[in-house]
Amino acid sequence: MSNKVKNILLVGVGGQGTILVSKILSSGLLNAGYDVKMSEIHGMAQRGGSVSTQVRFGEKVHSPIMAHGQADILVSFEMMEALRWMKYLSPEGKVVINDYQIPSAPILFGKVDYPEGVAQIISKKVNATIIKASEIAAKIGNARTMNIVLFGALVKSMKLTEIDWESAIRDNVKSNMVDINIAAFKAGMETVN
Amino acid sequence: MTKLLTGNEAVALGVWEAGISYACAYPGTPSTEILENIAANYKKDILAEWAPNEKVALECAIGASIAGVRTISTMKMVGVNVAADPLFSFAYSGVNGAMILVSADDPGLHSSQNEQDNRYYAKFAKIAMLEPSNSQESKDMIKSAVEISEEFDTPILFRMTTRICHSKSPVNEGERITPVKKPYIKNPAKYDLVPSVSKALHYILEDKLKRLQAFSETTPLNFIQWNSKKIGIVTSGISYQYAQEVFGTNASYLKLGFTFPLPIEKIRAFSKEVEILYVIEENEPFIEEQIKAAGIQCIGKEKLPNVDELTPEIIARELLGKELQTIDIDTSIVPGRPPTLCAGCPHRGFYVELRKLKNIMITGDIGCYSLGGNEPLNAKDTTICMGASISMGHGAQKAFDLFDENKRTIATIGDSTFFHTGINSLMHVAYNRSRTITCILDNRTTGMTGHQNNPGTGYTLMGMPTKEADIEAVCRAIGIEHVRTINPLNLEEVKATLKWAMALDLPSVIITRWPCVLKKFTEGDIEEFGDYFGKCEVVADACTGCKNCLKTGCPALQYSKADNKVVIDQVQCVGCEVCKQVCKFDAIERKQKA
Ligand SMILES: Cc1ncc(C[n+]2csc(CCOP(=O)(O)OP(=O)(O)O)c2C)c(N)n1
Repeated sequence: MSNKVKNILLVGVGGQGTILVSKILSSGLLNAGYDVKMSEIHGMAQRGGSVSTQVRFGEKVHSPIMAHGQADILVSFEMMEALRWMKYLSPEGKVVINDYQIPSAPILFGKVDYPEGVAQIISKKVNATIIKASEIAAKIGNARTMNIVLFGALVKSMKLTEIDWESAIRDNVKSNMVDINIAAFKAGMETVN
Repeated sequence: MTKLLTGNEAVALGVWEAGISYACAYPGTPSTEILENIAANYKKDILAEWAPNEKVALECAIGASIAGVRTISTMKMVGVNVAADPLFSFAYSGVNGAMILVSADDPGLHSSQNEQDNRYYAKFAKIAMLEPSNSQESKDMIKSAVEISEEFDTPILFRMTTRICHSKSPVNEGERITPVKKPYIKNPAKYDLVPSVSKALHYILEDKLKRLQAFSETTPLNFIQWNSKKIGIVTSGISYQYAQEVFGTNASYLKLGFTFPLPIEKIRAFSKEVEILYVIEENEPFIEEQIKAAGIQCIGKEKLPNVDELTPEIIARELLGKELQTIDIDTSIVPGRPPTLCAGCPHRGFYVELRKLKNIMITGDIGCYSLGGNEPLNAKDTTICMGASISMGHGAQKAFDLFDENKRTIATIGDSTFFHTGINSLMHVAYNRSRTITCILDNRTTGMTGHQNNPGTGYTLMGMPTKEADIEAVCRAIGIEHVRTINPLNLEEVKATLKWAMALDLPSVIITRWPCVLKKFTEGDIEEFGDYFGKCEVVADACTGCKNCLKTGCPALQYSKADNKVVIDQVQCVGCEVCKQVCKFDAIERKQKA
């Protein structure tokens, strides 16, 4: 498989805003001159299910989906989802994990417990950045910009800082939300050094 | 300008560019956004409508085609089963204005009840088929499909799959062809399919297929990409992208965009140039079977699976023995995350009471309410296809009664599914008198596929106010005397109504009427249901930690082990009060409105 193509995997829970992030990400990459493909699974997943978006970019991209072991970065909007999708990550890949738990149905109904020590299990194996995106977003003034905080961390981790993300954000959010989202984006970038 | 579009968005753009004037569909993943995009973006130029089911949708498009305009009908793959009757015969008539049927297949069953490969429909119905392999082709091929349809007098099966419909890739916009209406000329020898006409048309159809076959051999939609001749790959649709991902320039490709009739001679010539010939296709061996029948040697399904989605990973592993390294980590400790009924979903209250009944068989149907069959509600026995809950319930009830088995059947069906085909089944129940209890869960919208309007919502796809079908009046008109409409969030009312129906020896219908919690309320909804929103809270002192409320399956409720109490997530809660009603200790209260 072509090694020039970069692979980004965004995972989370329906309603967490992964779709907006993938929109901003892919439009920014396209405007920067890359070939981009993005794949998303809609449908049943919207009802509180696990969701994933794959973004692949490079000079020429064929498949919109990636293989196990191929993701250069895994950004998980929810803690245990990171572990669920780990098989997609390349052994040299990075993980950005939101320190935020959304218990799934079997946990809510008391069948099983939320798995413990997820962040530690992952950190032992790969380069992981764990951030409290919802706290950061709340501090900025709108907890719902948590997704954009994670996006900032993604951009920094992937060294994609040269791209004009502010325009991409402006094109994809409501005009009265532009400033706060740009602030969230910057705060997210600062979480990664 | 280049835009990043999904295949569905690209088809909508293609429909506009190709001068199509009329579009009719029934929603279904992964096809739904095609019509939604047409309605949202090209309102001024294209009339787009939701039909109650796919058969109606296709027939409307057929009528428009015969009248002389270019038309399209879109549906998920199982929808084509519903629309198959008009499809097969329209193949005999042929078109006036171009007619395209989009079949959106779902390999991998991301949101479907089976994994059927609809390419066989093209061969079975004897119509031409096109298969795009990215968004640019999704747009461009709509234009090609229009031309082929009119030139060869054939409806077109435009076959897409989930990864084409829902993946984004760059698309260049093109010129728009201004729609023109062809004259309508009465022509019974073409459009009035009585047996004598159809017999004559069948000969003509066979002749058309020969001409389409010749076209297939030469059209640029089927092209060869020469690289190394060690390996030759015949492929189509998304599999073409996957094949290139895996083999790059180490193989030559015969990429098929026009896949019925197949360009058999082109394939034969290609096979002679390469050392090994692979056929890479997702799901069934549609291409492979025809190649092998033509006496051409190839390798396909002996290596590649016909079950589940095909992926570059599977191709690399099975054909090249290559696999990427993955991280050695135990993921088995992660609990599942199945979809659930939302907090405040009106279906919940109904299921909480329904599951308590004894000696019943619950025939389910397809929609959000299917989730009432999951843990912890577990209130469903069967699912087959849309509308089947009522007719299966009838058949089962008759079977139980024939042998004096003490069981009642309860059919559960959504409003959109009722209008789809449930209505016919209910007519059967009324006509043939079974004791089936039919529960129509009217959440005032088509929930599962993303809130499309339907004949009961009072609005059209284009957002125009329209007549609202009255479900209760429909039930009575077809012969059900015992009909009650209730509020599913009022558990006492649900319980009493189920008891009433169970006591009847005649067919009955229970309609639960309450809007989907995610629905954007219409003026009518606000008037009828407007002020119920609020929040519920647990009174910590009163909560005994009995977990009874958790059995409602509401995702806003969470049990805290540390203090043996339940807490309600104030973000998700909408104050439906279902948990409040099941709590035996009055430990849940509605917050006073500020
Ligand atoms: C023949 C067919 N067409 C379309 C679909 C896709 N589909 C699944 S559920 C559904 C809508 C159900 O809506 P409704 O009955 O109102 O129930 P709700 O989801 O609102 O509870 C549709 C269109 C299908 N499964 N089968």
